[in-house]
Amino acid sequence: MTYHPLGVFDLLFAGLLLCLNAGVSIGFRLGLERTLLIAALRMVVQLGAVGFILKFAFEQGSPGLTAALAGIMILVASWDAVARSNHRIGDAWQHWGLGASAMLFSGLVGTLYCVTLLIGSEPWWSPRALLPILGMVLGNTLTGVSLVLDTLATTTRRERAAIEARLALGATRIEALRECLASALRTALLPIVNSMAAAGIVSLPGMMTGQILAGADPVEAAKYQIMILCVIAGTTALGVLLAGIGAVWLLTDNRHRLLSERLVSAPGQDATSVR
Amino acid sequence: MLKVDRLAIAGLPPLSFDVAAGDCIAIEGPSGSGKTRILRAIADLDAAGGYVSLEGAERTELPAPVWRQRVRYVSAEPAWWADTARAHVTRAPDRHRFERMAGSLGLAPGLLDAPIARLSTGERLRLGLARALADEPRLILLDEPTGALDATATALTEELIRFQLLARRAVILVSHDRAQIDRLAQRSLLLGAAMATAAQPAGADVTRAPAAATADERVATLARRWGTQP
Repeated sequence: MTYHPLGVFDLLFAGLLLCLNAGVSIGFRLGLERTLLIAALRMVVQLGAVGFILKFAFEQGSPGLTAALAGIMILVASWDAVARSNHRIGDAWQHWGLGASAMLFSGLVGTLYCVTLLIGSEPWWSPRALLPILGMVLGNTLTGVSLVLDTLATTTRRERAAIEARLALGATRIEALRECLASALRTALLPIVNSMAAAGIVSLPGMMTGQILAGADPVEAAKYQIMILCVIAGTTALGVLLAGIGAVWLLTDNRHRLLSERLVSAPGQDATSVR
Repeated sequence: MLKVDRLAIAGLPPLSFDVAAGDCIAIEGPSGSGKTRILRAIADLDAAGGYVSLEGAERTELPAPVWRQRVRYVSAEPAWWADTARAHVTRAPDRHRFERMAGSLGLAPGLLDAPIARLSTGERLRLGLARALADEPRLILLDEPTGALDATATALTEELIRFQLLARRAVILVSHDRAQIDRLAQRSLLLGAAMATAAQPAGADVTRAPAAATADERVATLARRWGTQP
């Protein structure tokens, strides 16, 4: 099979399927028509824009433009990682900085490891490899970082008395918060572990599907997918660990006290808002 | 043994007092006058200005966990993180003492392995005290140690506190029970309304002998009771 480019009419027919969603919404009076329309339009505009921007970046092939795009991706992803949290750790800047630094570090390490050692693209900063991989790495680290921060804030708030009791008995801050940190890390690492276990049986990963549709050999596509999942798993673990330990450090001081006033509820930020 | 020098806690005048080994001093004052905050500040669980030193070592000279192994804050409402009381004490020699102390507080051995959630408030309070004393801290900060206890359990708890004093440890006691303070403490630190009524001379340290007896009389009473020299 060879690559079959999609025309405008193909996309219009695909869009026709959204009428099913609209029909369900109208039939059951879900009131989702407006949201659905906005979401569909956003999807088309955002993906179209990304397509054109990436095309432009690939044609330019300039390291500066690549770095600028990578920077914007990291900024937006770190904002997304902390924006929908129900709790805040420290002030807004500290909370965002925590997510941003964890994602910056793990995203860069994972992506550079991938493009230099694994793919070996020439030159190493070639946007065609770097930007999509950074995107996939950030997308998964984002989930992990936001889960680890939210779970840690929730359990620390719930276990506050027990944490203080351990500190009073002479525990260090790491000892006192170990169980909270462990449960937060477990929660944050589960999605990537699950998606590795389900890959190929329950779901055919999006990247592999795309490669196969674009005419690549399925075995080659599978090899790429295995590499990507490993990179994603590793960088998620790194980002989650950095964010978790950073949060423990923000929530305690060097005299091993729990600074519970740094745990702020942030209501009104709807965790279930339509994206 | 303990020297508190100009300890600064919001809303209170700077506090200065000493506690000798084997001494118990009480902190008295109405609810909300800062008794718990003083104990927490001495244990370095809350930040506070001024100097606190134990046996010559200032709290900032020691890592906070080491300080809190020597200066033990015992909360009025002990919190738990494992399923059973026994699981909260991990070192073998501490476990031994923990079991002995729980026994001396009138707690049946089976309670140590019962789920914490099934225990009564009084049982949890006594287990919390036994847990806090198991690794032999030097200074013990007791926040309402008998608040939820009946007369028998209160008497057993006071015996354990006296035993700690005889072992040359120091105790700072927060209690609303005037008679208990009379039984255990040599001196009292008066806060809030209690401080105003004590007509304390300006600039003096805030520790004062309770009106009922002078410190010397009290030490003498204790010494007679235990057959030791003051």
